[in-house]
Amino acid sequence: MGVANKLPGRPSRRHLLTGGLAGGFLLAFHLPVRAANEPVPMAYANEGPFAPNAFIRIDTTGKTTLVMPQVEMGQGIYTAVAMILAEELDADYAQVTLQHAPPNDKLYANPIFGLQATGGSTSVRAFWLPLRKAGAGGRALLVQAAAQQWQVEPASCTTSNGQVIHAASDRKLAYGALAEAAGKLTPPGDVPLKDPKNFTLIGKPLKRFDTPDKTNGKVVYGIDAMLPGMKFATLAQCPVFGGKVGKVDDSAARKVPGVQKVVVLDDLVAVIGDHMWAAKKGLDALVITWNEGPNAKISSQDIWDDLRVASAKDGVVAKSTGDIAKGLATGDRVGASYELPFLAHATMEPLNCTVQFKPDGCEIWTGTQIMARVQSEAAKAAGLPVEKVTVNNHLIGGGFGRRLEPDMVVAAVRVAKQVDGPVKVVWTREEDIQHDVYRPVYRDTISASLSGGKIVGWKYRVAGSSILARWLPPAFQNGIDIDAVDAAVDMPYDIPNFRVEYVRAEPPAVPTGFWRGVGPNNNVFAIECFMDELARKVGKDPIAFRRDMLGKAPRLQAALDLVAEKSNWGQALPARVGRGVSAQPAFGSFIATVVEAEVDEQGEVRLRRVTSAVDTGIAVNPDTIAAQLQGGLIFGLTAALYGEITIDKGRVQQSNFNNYRMLRIDEVPQIDVHVIKSGEAPGGIGETGATAGPPALRNAIYAATGVALRRLPIDRDLLAGRKKS
Amino acid sequence: MATLKINGEQKTFEAPDDMPLLWVLRDVLGMTGTKFGCGIAQCGACTVHIDGKPVRSCLLPVGAVRDRAVTTIEGVGASSAGAKVQKAWLDLEVIQCGYCQSGQIMSAAALLAATPNPDDSDIDAAMAGNICRCGTYVRIRAAIKRAASEQS
Repeated sequence: MGVANKLPGRPSRRHLLTGGLAGGFLLAFHLPVRAANEPVPMAYANEGPFAPNAFIRIDTTGKTTLVMPQVEMGQGIYTAVAMILAEELDADYAQVTLQHAPPNDKLYANPIFGLQATGGSTSVRAFWLPLRKAGAGGRALLVQAAAQQWQVEPASCTTSNGQVIHAASDRKLAYGALAEAAGKLTPPGDVPLKDPKNFTLIGKPLKRFDTPDKTNGKVVYGIDAMLPGMKFATLAQCPVFGGKVGKVDDSAARKVPGVQKVVVLDDLVAVIGDHMWAAKKGLDALVITWNEGPNAKISSQDIWDDLRVASAKDGVVAKSTGDIAKGLATGDRVGASYELPFLAHATMEPLNCTVQFKPDGCEIWTGTQIMARVQSEAAKAAGLPVEKVTVNNHLIGGGFGRRLEPDMVVAAVRVAKQVDGPVKVVWTREEDIQHDVYRPVYRDTISASLSGGKIVGWKYRVAGSSILARWLPPAFQNGIDIDAVDAAVDMPYDIPNFRVEYVRAEPPAVPTGFWRGVGPNNNVFAIECFMDELARKVGKDPIAFRRDMLGKAPRLQAALDLVAEKSNWGQALPARVGRGVSAQPAFGSFIATVVEAEVDEQGEVRLRRVTSAVDTGIAVNPDTIAAQLQGGLIFGLTAALYGEITIDKGRVQQSNFNNYRMLRIDEVPQIDVHVIKSGEAPGGIGETGATAGPPALRNAIYAATGVALRRLPIDRDLLAGRKKS
Repeated sequence: MATLKINGEQKTFEAPDDMPLLWVLRDVLGMTGTKFGCGIAQCGACTVHIDGKPVRSCLLPVGAVRDRAVTTIEGVGASSAGAKVQKAWLDLEVIQCGYCQSGQIMSAAALLAATPNPDDSDIDAAMAGNICRCGTYVRIRAAIKRAASEQS
């Protein structure tokens, strides 16, 4: 695993991330990382003579190639990264082209993770300063080159739109003309960054780089890789987690026209064909006997029973302030537990990976959120040194955390080892859903005490899987998963006696992984649902109740005020219609959301309107921020309304979009996003909507019906009175 | 050997009659703009036009197409409705990951060709078969209205 502090050749330990950014991930998590603007080995600098760092190349025609350290999976990061770099470089934005970064944990590590990973809504937060410094450093060299040529002081030169300008003598030189000379200069140390008031790109709703080719079929995702002589494969893994292949009768499969080969490994069977149709028909024709193993006895009920037992025990204390015993002994005591289900990612682009073994190594085509780890895991599976594995990354047809795992690449490499020539392995949707790495089940138990209309004690216990302990072991310390308690330990409300505990409870058999919204998804839901129950207990309006405890979180308070105004909070509604609110400081952004929903007599829920107000600090591209929040809200609301993976006899019971439902356009209402102007450092945005939507919807249902749902997805039987909680 | 007229061009290839058009396009002809999403006509990512009507190509046997005209995302811009939809998609920056958008654009182009000024219920009926996991629905709706308002 490409864990940062085990990598050789790292220079001095740097603690890039210090206070001032909300989000437990950022505050708690310091891994060493190489300076992002260190000079690049020339091997990478093949796009022009001017390559002052890992991110910028300019050729003699002025063509400016920006190398993208984070992957584009729809969140708009390529455009944001380009805008930040071009801003400080004063590049000619019209001449900018983008390039995927190669796998390289040293040059392209995400400073928050210490490895080359895109996730956790970290990209802009993590790279904001490194990219600005890289751009400014490049600009300084171009200025120096021009000043030398003109024999003037660098300070007397300015830059604009890809040119160095000496106004006093009315001279100009384009960056392309300076590329050779600037490429010979030594990169400077830190140079001054622009005053944000002088930004010309950042803050504008500029068009995205990646979208034109997504309208005409030209875009190439991993699944679209085509190579001469390529074969196509699809596979079956044991339906029971951890099961193995027993016996395979492939006599019928081999007769399917176009089937070339059946590959049997210890845990999966793949059929190789001339096209996916042959592979799929061949796979359907196989008679496979699985050795299902001990997990074949496991069901969802067992998993929930185990989790409820685990969550009743004391956990490791993740945060404690005041005197929790005294706090809970004061005033009226209230308690509740909230439960969240397993969820699949269901990216629109099914899992896939193309592999070609060659005499001197192995080449891979895929779309991944974790480039360097894919390379190292593929090398292990291939039995090759890392440098013999080439990884070609692609634009990604949906990540949501699924492509933070290398399992699909490892499986494809193992299959491809048995195949002559290139092979593209494509998962069917059924395999994709039934062999996901699932958002864990969580159970959150809260005890609070109320006095004088305010919360005086708050004890919050998260019980659930630790993804970090597996995915990034150095980050799992003292029994605390800082992701699992994120947004719980740094809750915005001002409560004098406060304690957060974590109980690590791994579900048997079911693999767990990051899912859009990660830890805050769970914690914001439980906290915000409980806040509404407490508000009702003290007879206060839910927004007023929150507002009174947000004295130390003025940015969130302002978002709450704005969303109240924009959503017509407080205005009368018809019967069985309610408005619900959620407020969150997660991922370094401050967001308040109101969902308006209607619940009919049958317990069906209809979304009527969604309104969010967001303070995400400096909005690099406000149009992208609105789009991410809209889309994230739909992602979260989809899960709240429909999302649940259940297990029976060790198998996932859902298989495709017919029984793992998605919100569709006819169910989605108007969604208005109001971006608050701010001069603070940028926050994260990609996952915020997924976290904001579910509690606001649940609270709208609570307002409409009085039913306090404490599990997701929403239970229509409870809402219709067909069953009692 | 079989023949299809795709985006106005005759294409000759070898494939069994029961092979869904999707895999002929993608794996035999190398036209990868049309996407595989679910294989059971639930998500709409594979939408193409057959004689101008939107069809899920993942379940359509190629042998059933016969001499009818196939239009894919690679060719839809040649029609007035298709070009207007593509432009509106960029003007309103609809797209995120983009994987479903070939299918969304094909469904929207077929809608506009048949119903030049669709209302919300027309949009719901025509577009509800296309899933977008990134949640671009709000902008899809707005972009269809924008495209409808553009004079050809």
